[in-house]
Amino acid sequence: MGKSRSLLSRTRTRSAWLVLLPMLVTLFVVAAWPLGRTIWFSFTDASLDLMADAQFVGIRNYLEYVKFGDEDGQYYGLLADARWWRSVWNTIYFAVVSVSFETLFGLVIALVLNQQFRGRGLVRAAVLIPWAIPTIVSAKMWAWMMHDQFGILNDMFQRLGLISEPVAWTASPDTAMIAVMIVDIWKTTPFMALLILAGLQMVPQDIYEAAKLDGVPAFRTFRRVTLPLILPAILVAVVFRTLDALRVFDIIYVLTPNTDATRTMSVYARENLFDYDQFAYGSAASTLLFLVIAVITITFIMATRMDLEGKRS
Amino acid sequence: MAKVELVNVSKSYGDVEVLHDINLALEEGEFVVFVGPSGCGKSTLLRMIAGLEDITGGELLIGGEPMNDVLPAKRGISMVFQSYALYPHMTVFENMAFGLEQAKLSKPEIRERVNKAATMLQIEPLLDRKPKQLSGGQRQRVAIGRAITRDPRVFLFDEPLSNLDAALRVDTRLEIASLHERLTGTTMIYVTHDQVEAMTLADRIVVLNGGVIEQVGTPMDLYENPASQFVAGFIGSPKMNLLTGPVAENEGAATYGIRPEHIRFSRDEGLWIGRVVLTERLGSDTFVHVKTEGVGMVNVRIEGRADIEQGETVHLTPDARSVHLFYADGTPLSRKFMQ
Ligand SMILES: Nc1ncnc2c1ncn2[C@@H]1O[C@H](COP(=O)(O)OP(=O)(O)OP(=O)(O)O)[C@@H](O)[C@H]1O
Ligand SMILES: [Mg+2]
Repeated sequence: MGKSRSLLSRTRTRSAWLVLLPMLVTLFVVAAWPLGRTIWFSFTDASLDLMADAQFVGIRNYLEYVKFGDEDGQYYGLLADARWWRSVWNTIYFAVVSVSFETLFGLVIALVLNQQFRGRGLVRAAVLIPWAIPTIVSAKMWAWMMHDQFGILNDMFQRLGLISEPVAWTASPDTAMIAVMIVDIWKTTPFMALLILAGLQMVPQDIYEAAKLDGVPAFRTFRRVTLPLILPAILVAVVFRTLDALRVFDIIYVLTPNTDATRTMSVYARENLFDYDQFAYGSAASTLLFLVIAVITITFIMATRMDLEGKRS
Repeated sequence: MAKVELVNVSKSYGDVEVLHDINLALEEGEFVVFVGPSGCGKSTLLRMIAGLEDITGGELLIGGEPMNDVLPAKRGISMVFQSYALYPHMTVFENMAFGLEQAKLSKPEIRERVNKAATMLQIEPLLDRKPKQLSGGQRQRVAIGRAITRDPRVFLFDEPLSNLDAALRVDTRLEIASLHERLTGTTMIYVTHDQVEAMTLADRIVVLNGGVIEQVGTPMDLYENPASQFVAGFIGSPKMNLLTGPVAENEGAATYGIRPEHIRFSRDEGLWIGRVVLTERLGSDTFVHVKTEGVGMVNVRIEGRADIEQGETVHLTPDARSVHLFYADGTPLSRKFMQ
């Protein structure tokens, strides 16, 4: 009896590995290998045309103290680069602000779409349009709308009397980040709305009737009944979106290239990898970007899970 | 502690009227059961009393006051749902307390009421659990407990037992009956399509069919004097034999109804003769399905176990005083007494 069971579980384990194998191979080829290479290059003096001859140089790309004289010297490397730290800050600022607004708007839209009304199917499909448009296309579209001379936004705002002079939305350092965030929020709110809507539809309808009989007003029902039940769905959506936002590249590359105000870690890494021919240095930036994303994601997941368990017990 | 009156109540969804001209007066403290086949409008009627559905015609009065436009929470009702409708993320205690918090009761008073209801239903050990840590029967008890804490004038149940297994259904049924005893003065309205539940629980039964009331009466009333062929067929288990053809025509009716328990069975002589097609032995009773010459299929009850085999020839005699005759439209002929 015991023997046959262990045989069964061994067979199961073997077939589990067999099923997992293609995925593990794929993951290794498309994720682990390139990541490992990037990390390796970040400890070398590789450049674009001399990748094969790359020599190990220790942590020089990250941090190095260069002595000029007896008492004189200076730190070099990524960790001593103000531009790098600016791009780290830009990335985090972008991620926090856009994901917050996307969550808020997504929640509101999901709540509306969850109601019964005529033409709901049509509205649901329409809401998805911004998400369906390729990022490059929507970024170009917005770039035109935000154009300082020919853009429709300046035209509308001037007609309404909100601004007296045309504003260079994407070029001015004051508004560049806001412009990027508006486009990102416009584009990804539907994704949030859809994930949250899926969570909302898991909530059984009968408890709303119970709440009605209990005399609970709509807002309190939302706060005490709906929100706790869809919180797991919201958290998953927030994790997905945060991961995405921390890697943001395409919108910024199209909308506001070469601006300190919007340079994110990805943009910084790409500049060094390909534009400035500092392949090793760019690899170091990529490696740090990976580390930052990994740490934030793991922290977030652990924190929210602990929180959820705290509420459960 | 209130009368419930329905005056010319009707309900339409768009152009479709699903309940027609319902008139009903339920006495204070009465246990009334709505029965009827699926889709006849039982739940809709109950939900209109609860305030979960708009009343599209007529008037609803509870305790003499018009209720059509009163919010559900202000009607003095409690409802137990078929699906329990417990808040999944709250403990049993919180589930029971949520409505009371909303009613602005003080903390000690809430605790007292919840504990009282929990004691009544023996769910005190479960107060800290979440619904998903409970069995179906326990969940239903919690749902009933939650309804009790509200101290309602009228208790509404929508098929509260249909998600439970057979044994638990009987237990919970007894529990609901004893609850009605203890909550004196509380009117209870109970929806089911199970006529055994209806017969055992009800002071009065309301039989609904196709959105109209077929008959209102005590269980024995409905059993002995069904006001229509539908009620005759619906009340009683197993079903009354409803025979058509010469047997009915001889009596000047379209349908001749006789319950399985009102037929005398004999091996030697009787009014009808037939062959046994099937026997069902339940231990306490045996039901014998007989294909009778010129009469049709007849189901007969025999007390205890009977050694009757398939294919045997048997004789049956209906108890003349228990025959129900109906016209083609389902209305009864005045009961016929045969000498
Ligand atoms: N929201 C609705 N829109 C349109 N028709 C409805 C709606 N709800 C119920 N109905 C119709 O009203 C009728 C009565 O439904 P109801 O749910 O009251 O039946 P019921 O007697 O409770 O049946 P069951 O025993 O299956 O629960 C049905 O014919 C149903 O199709
Ligand atoms: Mg129903």
